[in-house]
Amino acid sequence: MGALRQVVAVTLLNLRTIPQRLGSSAVGIVGIAGVVVVLVAVLSMAEGFEAVLRDAGSSGRAIVMRSGSTSEMSSGLLGSDVDVIKQAPGIRQDGRTSLTSAELFVIIDVPKKSTGTPANVPLRGIEPTSFAVHDQASMVDGRMLQFGTNEVVVGQAASRQFAGLNVGDDIRSGEVTWKVVGIFESDGSVAETEIWCDARTLQGAFRRGNSYQSVLARLDSAQSFDAFKDWLTANPQVKVSVQRESEYYASQSQTLTTLIRTVGFAIAALMAIGAIFGAILTMYTAVATRAREIATLRALGFNAGAVLVSILAESLALAALGGLAGGAAAYLGFNGYQTSTMNFQTFSQVAFAFRVTPSLLALGLVWSLAMGLIGGLLPAVRAARLPISKALREL
Amino acid sequence: MKYLPLIWKNLWRRKIRTIFTLACIFIAFLLFGLLMTIRAAFSLGVEIAGMDRLMLIHKISLIMPLPVSYQARIATVPGVTAVTHNSWFGGVYQNPSNFFARIAIEPQAYFAIYPEFRLPPEQMKAWLADRQGAVAGRDLANRFGWKIGDRIPIRADIWKPKSGDGETWEFNLVGIYEGDKLVDKTNFFFRYDYFDENRQFGQGQVGWYVVKIGDPSRSVEMAQTFDNMFANSAAETKTTTEKGFIDSFAKQIGDIGAIMVAILIAVFFTILLVVANTMAQSVRERTSELAVLKTLGFPNARVLILVLAESIFIAFLGGGLGLALAWAIVQNGDPTGGQLPAFVLPNRDLGLGGALMLVLGVLAGALPATQAMRLRITDALRRN
Repeated sequence: MGALRQVVAVTLLNLRTIPQRLGSSAVGIVGIAGVVVVLVAVLSMAEGFEAVLRDAGSSGRAIVMRSGSTSEMSSGLLGSDVDVIKQAPGIRQDGRTSLTSAELFVIIDVPKKSTGTPANVPLRGIEPTSFAVHDQASMVDGRMLQFGTNEVVVGQAASRQFAGLNVGDDIRSGEVTWKVVGIFESDGSVAETEIWCDARTLQGAFRRGNSYQSVLARLDSAQSFDAFKDWLTANPQVKVSVQRESEYYASQSQTLTTLIRTVGFAIAALMAIGAIFGAILTMYTAVATRAREIATLRALGFNAGAVLVSILAESLALAALGGLAGGAAAYLGFNGYQTSTMNFQTFSQVAFAFRVTPSLLALGLVWSLAMGLIGGLLPAVRAARLPISKALREL
Repeated sequence: MKYLPLIWKNLWRRKIRTIFTLACIFIAFLLFGLLMTIRAAFSLGVEIAGMDRLMLIHKISLIMPLPVSYQARIATVPGVTAVTHNSWFGGVYQNPSNFFARIAIEPQAYFAIYPEFRLPPEQMKAWLADRQGAVAGRDLANRFGWKIGDRIPIRADIWKPKSGDGETWEFNLVGIYEGDKLVDKTNFFFRYDYFDENRQFGQGQVGWYVVKIGDPSRSVEMAQTFDNMFANSAAETKTTTEKGFIDSFAKQIGDIGAIMVAILIAVFFTILLVVANTMAQSVRERTSELAVLKTLGFPNARVLILVLAESIFIAFLGGGLGLALAWAIVQNGDPTGGQLPAFVLPNRDLGLGGALMLVLGVLAGALPATQAMRLRITDALRRN
């Protein structure tokens, strides 16, 4: 019991005297906060990119492409293939129309607002049924496009990231001038980076004849996928691959998120080593400046264990402070930050927002405490082993 | 120079402190070297892009094809020294994650326009004799362990072949091109004539043109000439310098450079604090010693330099070792196994690293050094 009281007393004494050593304490705190900011910020980028593609896919929808295609960009389906696909079982019906959407997916050059340089913005040709298939999409500004014309509606993320994509603007692209008549949202998913137009108009503009690239089908239920897929793959009239939409989009984000995460962890781990050295220095300084004080405590009868624990506690407290400060800075500085990057699977832009999630903040705090623990260990041992008589004489 | 032993002794009076300070700086510069390498990899060889080469793409988008007939028309424009075309193939080698660029080209014209890609003449000769021949960059060949004579199957996604099973193209590796360290050696090239003849549709179309011009200072004017030439046709064009093209392509990925710089600022700010704190501490401990030096007749300026030299010395020792390790790691090769187009630490960044060490040393030592210089002997000797 006595030992515990000693530990508490010395620890409180240490913590209360931190303000007197503000300069050197700040070094430790800032070092750890820096690591947490970088770790959380980089991972929040991966998190945001992944979320944008994850939210795009529903397991209640299936995407049909030519067999062997890895993305819509490299797929191609003839009009006759599309007619066959629309006959497949398991598709949800709305009155007499089946909820399918035959689509074209191309890219056009639109300048990025932030740099003014051209970017590959996806242009998707849709059918009148498409908004019923993409059921999470809805108009937020202007009106729906009229089919048979060169009107387009623009996703709200595209409208924010790229220049000249507001209601009333014209997009000049080769011989065609597209008219923006509305802005739509889609639960923050990748569709919001796209421009949607009439598929038939797009076939003409891009000289695609009567061809499409993918068919998106809304299924009766998530369970009817197998029946839908088996019927199509067994059908000798078409050579297609069928995927759940959720799986398709998950595979699109995998390469980039893995890359970002690997790089993020590697950089943060290296920085953490540096920050641990910083923490060690801070705690050594703390021990050195208080050598006499510690020796006095020991002389008064406080045991070495209490001193050791108190130094570790101080280090952990400073680290926690750094972790919290770093987490707060990452949250304030990066959460919701809008940017866009290239999705290499389709060579097209994907707009996304950094997402600093609670689990990332928790991860940051865990890292900071680990750094504090490792950083405090050596100085704590040293403080505990300080020879009393010599330290009392030290200046 | 004669004070070097003094500085050295001062450094090691508190061994542990000095070692950890050195380690901090070491890590900072190791990170600097690696981040600069990543940055160079993502800038996709902008620095070596030829100013005398123009890229001619479809005005609507890079994915739209251009007619092969444009080649002859471009060649007639005065000031054009060479023109060739490239076609993006896509496709899959073994599995979709094995990504590398697969491009159909005209072998001789292409390698003449891109002298930085070096292909031995006998391999070029073998290529011209084999319609199914293909050449790969050295990094790509190493990545998959290809040797000359290997047969390489590429499964088509867009361009299904007429021959074989209608799904897979077979190529014979007849050559491996080499290049300087910043040159992208991850491409896979094969012959356009074979590609065009054997694809199921799209005959007579190419992806984009590369035009070499005699006078780079006229590039803007020449680009305008080409675009005017094809204006109001079925396939209008957009011409930019190769550098501009690569630049804007890299910008599409996002500003990797800005992210790397932001991280480095965070790192250096932290390290600066650590080193400055250590220096301040060590000067505080030596107050009476410095006073003795002054009593012996050391002028203020020399005391200032002694302290500054100490912090600069630490910065260069730790930083130099860190940068050297980064350099050694980079020499060891690309950890992703050849997925990055370039994995080198540019010399310019090595120089920048040296400059940063100096700045770090001066900034960290400035305050303690001025304090040491202003020290009044009587105060300092009485202080303890």
